[in-house]
Amino acid sequence: MDLLNAIVALANFVIVPATAYGAQLALGALGVTLIYGVLRFSNLAHGEMMAFGTMLTILVTWGLQGMGVSLGPLPTALLALPFGILGTMLLVLAVDRSVFRFYRQVKAAPVIFLIASMGVMFVLNGVVRLIIGVDERIFVDGARFLISAREFKQMTGLNEGLAIRTTQVITLVTAVVTVAALFWFLNKTRTGKSMRAFSDNEDLALLSGVNPEKVVTITWLIVAALATIAGTLYGLDKSFKPFVYLQILLPIFASAIVGGLGNPIGAIAGGFVIAFSEVTVTYAFKKVAGYLLPEAWEPDSLVQLLSTDYKFAVSFVILVIVLLFRPTGLFKGKAV
Amino acid sequence: MAEPFLIGDKMTGGYGPTDILHDCTVAAEKGQIAVIVGPNGAGKSTAMKAVFGMLNLRGGSVRIDGEDITQLSPQDRVAKGMAFVPQTNNIFTSMTVEENLEMGAFLRRDDITATMEQVYDLFPILREKRQQAAGELSGGQRQQVAVGRALMTQPKVLMLDEPTAGVSPIVMDELFDRIIEVARAGITILMVEQNARQALEIAHMGYVLVQGRNAYTDTGKALLADQEVRRTFLGG
Amino acid sequence: MTRQTKNIALFAAVFALILLTGFLQSWNVALAILNMGLISAIMALGVNMQWGYAGLFNVGVMGFVALGGLGAVVVAMPPVNEAWAAGGGRVILALLVGAGTIFAAIQSWKKLAKGRARNLTVVAVLLVGFIVFRWLFDGAVEAIEAVNPASTGYLGGLGLPVIIGWPVGALLAAGAAWIVGKTALGLRSDYLAIATLGIAEIIIAILKNEDWLSRGVKNVIGIPRPVPYEIDLQESASFSDRMTGWGLDPVTASSVVVKLMYAGLFAVILLGLIWLLERALNSPWGRMMRAIRDNETAAEAMGKDVTRRHLQIFILGSAVCGLAGAMMTTLDGQLTPGTYQPLRFTFLIWVMVIVGGSGNNWGAVLGGFLIWFLWVQVEPMGRWLMEQVTSGMADGSALKVHLLDSAAHMRLLTMGLVLLLVLRFSPRGLIPER
Repeated sequence: MDLLNAIVALANFVIVPATAYGAQLALGALGVTLIYGVLRFSNLAHGEMMAFGTMLTILVTWGLQGMGVSLGPLPTALLALPFGILGTMLLVLAVDRSVFRFYRQVKAAPVIFLIASMGVMFVLNGVVRLIIGVDERIFVDGARFLISAREFKQMTGLNEGLAIRTTQVITLVTAVVTVAALFWFLNKTRTGKSMRAFSDNEDLALLSGVNPEKVVTITWLIVAALATIAGTLYGLDKSFKPFVYLQILLPIFASAIVGGLGNPIGAIAGGFVIAFSEVTVTYAFKKVAGYLLPEAWEPDSLVQLLSTDYKFAVSFVILVIVLLFRPTGLFKGKAV
Repeated sequence: MAEPFLIGDKMTGGYGPTDILHDCTVAAEKGQIAVIVGPNGAGKSTAMKAVFGMLNLRGGSVRIDGEDITQLSPQDRVAKGMAFVPQTNNIFTSMTVEENLEMGAFLRRDDITATMEQVYDLFPILREKRQQAAGELSGGQRQQVAVGRALMTQPKVLMLDEPTAGVSPIVMDELFDRIIEVARAGITILMVEQNARQALEIAHMGYVLVQGRNAYTDTGKALLADQEVRRTFLGG
Repeated sequence: MTRQTKNIALFAAVFALILLTGFLQSWNVALAILNMGLISAIMALGVNMQWGYAGLFNVGVMGFVALGGLGAVVVAMPPVNEAWAAGGGRVILALLVGAGTIFAAIQSWKKLAKGRARNLTVVAVLLVGFIVFRWLFDGAVEAIEAVNPASTGYLGGLGLPVIIGWPVGALLAAGAAWIVGKTALGLRSDYLAIATLGIAEIIIAILKNEDWLSRGVKNVIGIPRPVPYEIDLQESASFSDRMTGWGLDPVTASSVVVKLMYAGLFAVILLGLIWLLERALNSPWGRMMRAIRDNETAAEAMGKDVTRRHLQIFILGSAVCGLAGAMMTTLDGQLTPGTYQPLRFTFLIWVMVIVGGSGNNWGAVLGGFLIWFLWVQVEPMGRWLMEQVTSGMADGSALKVHLLDSAAHMRLLTMGLVLLLVLRFSPRGLIPER
């Protein structure tokens, strides 16, 4: 019984939240890694693109809520998501045409793209704050829990409850569907294959007749969709605060690099590695230890390796370890 | 004598302001193998790239089947039936063998399965490894993928830049055998080779370049027999 | 127009803008812009060393600046003897144990033969070290933070003159730069960018949460000054008399005089730094640095140890940022870890360097002044713009309120646009590298 309680406590506080968080990071890292693979630079504006997409989704959600449209137990934001994606696609294409295309034409060094993306980050940051402000926005509606802790306790008779929030399930389902669609596209369609070919060997792709501008456009469209989905899921699960999307850039990049920049499977693996490490290291294991250890050994302290304020340090340390021992990432990335 | 199927005629030009090629002519008849040889830095690869349109010519012209294509971009020349296999980075390492072949046929909108079968018949080992990532193959097999990829456009002309660079002698012989087979199928072949002796043995025509100029031009057999060529370029 | 007259004209224009602020708004505002402009110029110099001389992409400026601020605190604040008695020794012991653990782990990784034994040893060393560290550390922190938490609750500093804190701040930043540089230099530029981004966030997290060290979000206030206090000036009869004699209000005059004294102090340091940097840039060392930046492979082939040189300049540049951070904390008189934002303290400095002219020290300095001026003045300009835009709208309409409220965010937008426009149309900046 104690063992079961320990497992449930662990699932409730570590496994379930880390899985949802990992899925959000993975979607974010996929966007970063695709841009890196095709356009060959690290897009510092990615966090702000996520914020922009989420903002659009929130605005449409409010509109729908105002009209009395709802999805019942599911959050209305899911209905608004396609509009957010479309808007973000337009924005991202406009940014590419007005900023990045020029540097492609003059074949600028990757670091110039990086600096340009810094400028884009500033602008988008300003735009998002101008439109929606800096305050926290909660836009989740519908049923809060799939299973609440109390229901779980009643069902199982255990001391520990396992709460699964609707948003966590939606995060996971949406992420799985998105990733499956992405991989189907990359591996099965002509355009997807040409994208991979371009990312793998640009010169040879050109020789084969691949149109570089088309590949770049498609990549931005996909990245806009991924960023909006990742941002909205994160916002639903936690809450929407513009500055959070600047901070989340670090774990997202850590995920992409840990997995191997430019490698989509790596980005997903990296997202879960970072998320699980972050949650595990900052979780207080006192409760779990209390169930597992004999009473005399029960710890007085929280048995928390690091306070949650240092969760960035976790991404960072993992990043450093990977850079030291395996610079191309867990899965072979493009970068050395 | 009628004009050869493919000809880079009196080409003059280079990558930058200085010319590398001077009045350089290379040509190949339909279904025949033409080989460009010469010492390091003679402009062999440059001559081939000029034929493929990868540098601007200041003089001379490139014609295929009598049509002047001097002004066309490499991509447009692919549409005219030319295929080019670069010396390095000539495969998509992260993609499977089959996907590499598919990418070769990227511009084709018709059914490519028959062409793919032909490539697999030519290089049976590729059929076995069709689902493997091309980057995991051996050096010789990678070259087969590269040639196979180029053949997927059903080209009239196949241009190879040092196809045997860095492969073992046995693999080299096998590659040359395959190239002869390709030529027998009616495809014109223009290739640059470092292994001059072996290449001239299979060549219908040979072009010896020195400092961007034609030094000797003759059939492969004649060049091999020429004392002067043997002494200067083939090491006795 | 020669290059030199153009440059002088550019500087003159920026100072004219500041003077204009003095005439139109107030001299206090103008001098505040000047002082932070001087500090921004020093930060820009630090980044320019890394980027302009060596092509290193550091987006962790915020962290080094904040560490510099900590340097000012630990040097200048009076020590809290009670807290030292409660846990000072223990916390130092804990930190030594922590450092020793990492050292021992690295040593056993290097010395032992590859294999499972090595892995187990390293893990064991880290585990035991961590437990001992936490046991020592947690107890010490609890004891220190319990000492009068409302006003102290931290160890305090050494009680030395704050000027000494400036080089100490530079040293702290250099130490952090050494750690980052050791891991991320020699890899791609993107990796260094992410690594520096990470270390900056961690440094801020430490300052925010380690109350025993920096009082965290409770802020350290009242850091001793290197210049007199306004109130002392006002109370000094000779000062008041002289100012009144010149027809000035002693209260306003006192704050102007204090700011001028800061400006003088900062200007001396800025000019000294420029002198040093210009000499370095034109020395064989500077030429080697630029050779490495322009062609790493060639420089490596010539036997230059590129990674080592990069580490050197990365540390030096970060130290300059730390120095500027210590100066800024001194000027503010307080360390407020909650206010460090990457956009303001990292990316804005980058805008300064790019706009000013990367690779040119004078360019970076000009960029520092100009962008800081814009950063301060865009907000009132934005508000004015919003007032014009909304003037036709009904009072109290939601949109009007919203637009007026969000005027403050115009500055981010403007900075981004300035950066993008300069990068696109004048990529070498206002004062290009010679």
